Amino acid sequence: MKKNLLNFKGTLTLTSLVIGSMFTAFSLVSCGSGGGASGSDSTASGGNDEALIGAGSSFDNPLFSKEFSEYNKTNGLKVNYQSVGSGAGISQLTSKTVDFGASDAPMNGKQDSAVTAPVIHIPVTAGAVALSYNLPGVKDTLNLTPDVVAGMFLGTISKWNDPKIAAINKGVKLPATAILIAHRSDGSGTTNIFTTYLAKVSPDWSTKVGKGSAVNWPAGLGGKGSEGVAGLIKQTPGAFGYIELAYAIQNGMSYAKVQNKSGNFITPTIASVTAAANISIPPDSKVSLTNTDAADGYPIAGFSWVIIYKEQKYNDRSLDKATKLLKLLSWMIHDGQQYSGALNYAPLSPAAVSVADAILKSATYDGKPILQ
Amino acid sequence: MDTSVENGVITRSELPLRVINSTPEGMVKAKRRVKRSFRQIRTESVFRRTLTIMGLVMIILVLGILLTLIVQSLPSIKALGLKYLWGKVWDPVRDIYGAWPFLLGTLLSSFLALLISFPFSLAVAIFLGEYYPNGWLPDFLKNAVELIAAVPSVIYGFWGLAVLVPIVRTLETHIGVEPVGVGIFSSSLILAIMIIPYAASLGRSMIQMVPSPLKEAAYGLGATRWEVIRSVVLPYTKSGLFAGILLSLGRALGETMAVTMVIGNTSLIPKNIFAPGNTMASVIANEFTEADKPVYLSALIELGLVLFLVTVVINLIGKKIIDRFTNE
Repeated sequence: MKKNLLNFKGTLTLTSLVIGSMFTAFSLVSCGSGGGASGSDSTASGGNDEALIGAGSSFDNPLFSKEFSEYNKTNGLKVNYQSVGSGAGISQLTSKTVDFGASDAPMNGKQDSAVTAPVIHIPVTAGAVALSYNLPGVKDTLNLTPDVVAGMFLGTISKWNDPKIAAINKGVKLPATAILIAHRSDGSGTTNIFTTYLAKVSPDWSTKVGKGSAVNWPAGLGGKGSEGVAGLIKQTPGAFGYIELAYAIQNGMSYAKVQNKSGNFITPTIASVTAAANISIPPDSKVSLTNTDAADGYPIAGFSWVIIYKEQKYNDRSLDKATKLLKLLSWMIHDGQQYSGALNYAPLSPAAVSVADAILKSATYDGKPILQ
Repeated sequence: MDTSVENGVITRSELPLRVINSTPEGMVKAKRRVKRSFRQIRTESVFRRTLTIMGLVMIILVLGILLTLIVQSLPSIKALGLKYLWGKVWDPVRDIYGAWPFLLGTLLSSFLALLISFPFSLAVAIFLGEYYPNGWLPDFLKNAVELIAAVPSVIYGFWGLAVLVPIVRTLETHIGVEPVGVGIFSSSLILAIMIIPYAASLGRSMIQMVPSPLKEAAYGLGATRWEVIRSVVLPYTKSGLFAGILLSLGRALGETMAVTMVIGNTSLIPKNIFAPGNTMASVIANEFTEADKPVYLSALIELGLVLFLVTVVINLIGKKIIDRFTNE
């Protein structure tokens, strides 16, 4: 009997444990129903004034990790960055659970109407989208024009030896392989930059497909993440797809030169991306670098932004915390830029830095500017 | 274990008969039983209450998830209506959402996977349950099969992309369809491997539970091993085998990571089983983080609701079929 009782007690503890964990699970479920894609349960307005919390773009993550760890060494400030995707970063900023959001696309109209207070966009780095292909017999770098790229992605150009491709690649022996388009299956900033570019250069694309972080692709296969697209391209002869430049460089993939607005065929490099950003940038910095006016700029590029509230006094935030955040951002657009090159990010152009400086100075705490 | 009639000949009851113990010793025991202490009664009621709460929590959880899904899908249901179910276009840019290609992709890949995996799981179940229940090789096989269930699905996806897809591509070149490698067929193959253990383990334990007098009687009548399996073991275990199939189907319907890596992820309606497609779970996983418009997000959640309902419907149908089997 005694043994039974003991057993029973054991069961009871186990049951209470199970019930406890179930309730936790349930409360998590009901939490999730509230705020869309809120992945974190840590709030910015918590007691820990030391660490800053950011969330958003996964494209920025490698650069941010490096920058934040360097900043931590010199200033002792901890920054906790969650690489959850641009859209999720913006919705976390909207629900004020993070100090800053990071996004590869400026906030759209619907996102803007969801936030309760004005926000500012600070460009922190620039990235490019490379057009990568797998043609085993072709050693030369291919030249591509906007028309041809749009035609391939629309499915109207379906063979590699199409006369339109051959005309701009004289002397290159193109195989009769079918073109297999590879695109991202997950919503991503890379897709946004690329489709924005296509919508700009091709009226057909603009009416049939449009631009966004996920679109209804007329042709091709989807791969999850950069590695998924890279996998499809590497495996399939005849494959053609877009991929983050940094990823393409690191993985030794072949990518094409693309003709820009001025008619030059430009190889995507860190320098040509920075050059693309050396244009007149509007005061709010919300500009797409695609199809740049710069003569030596690569045409498929874009800024990545950190987004913060213009008025930093909300949710009992201290002035100290707001100052720390602004100082960090200021450091990122100046000293922090030195870490971009090694990680294949394009440093901000001088034009971008001066605009970003002006934007940072517009941030206020209780109506007073934070940075002098 | 109910009494069951097989082919109208063999009757068998597994229930042990309850005989009232009338020896003096037994009477004493029974008397002692009646004298329960207060503590015993209390623990009894506490235990029962705990069980009730546990059961209720499960019900609340399921209903809570369903409710969350419905509430969050409302914007999309309002905007798109029932057309959502058979709409063929999924266009986030223009806010047009139709779940049909993904519904089709989910059902097609899951049932194809079931079709491919069933002979294997049945073979494993019979081998382990009937032919070689003990020994080092069967033990090894049993553990290996169970290990298949324990491998994380991303590893299957990776393996599928690196190994299986090139093989399927070669196959496709030979049979003359577009050689892309990824597609419904590849994902069904991966799924088939992943779901083998579910039907196999359940089938094995069911087969081992077939009462040996039943089999011995059949052997005694001169039946061969194959005949015993065909006309005694399989009929006796069919409801269990079917439950195993249902379990694996549920797994296949919901599988996300491995599928998304090898299915090709297009929103176009698959033309044949080798064509690329997409499943509901995979679309949700792919697009949820960057769904930047309220209707878009809601349409993705509605996709979850549809998946939930599909699973429920399939389970209900399955239960009905199992009932029919057992009541025969």
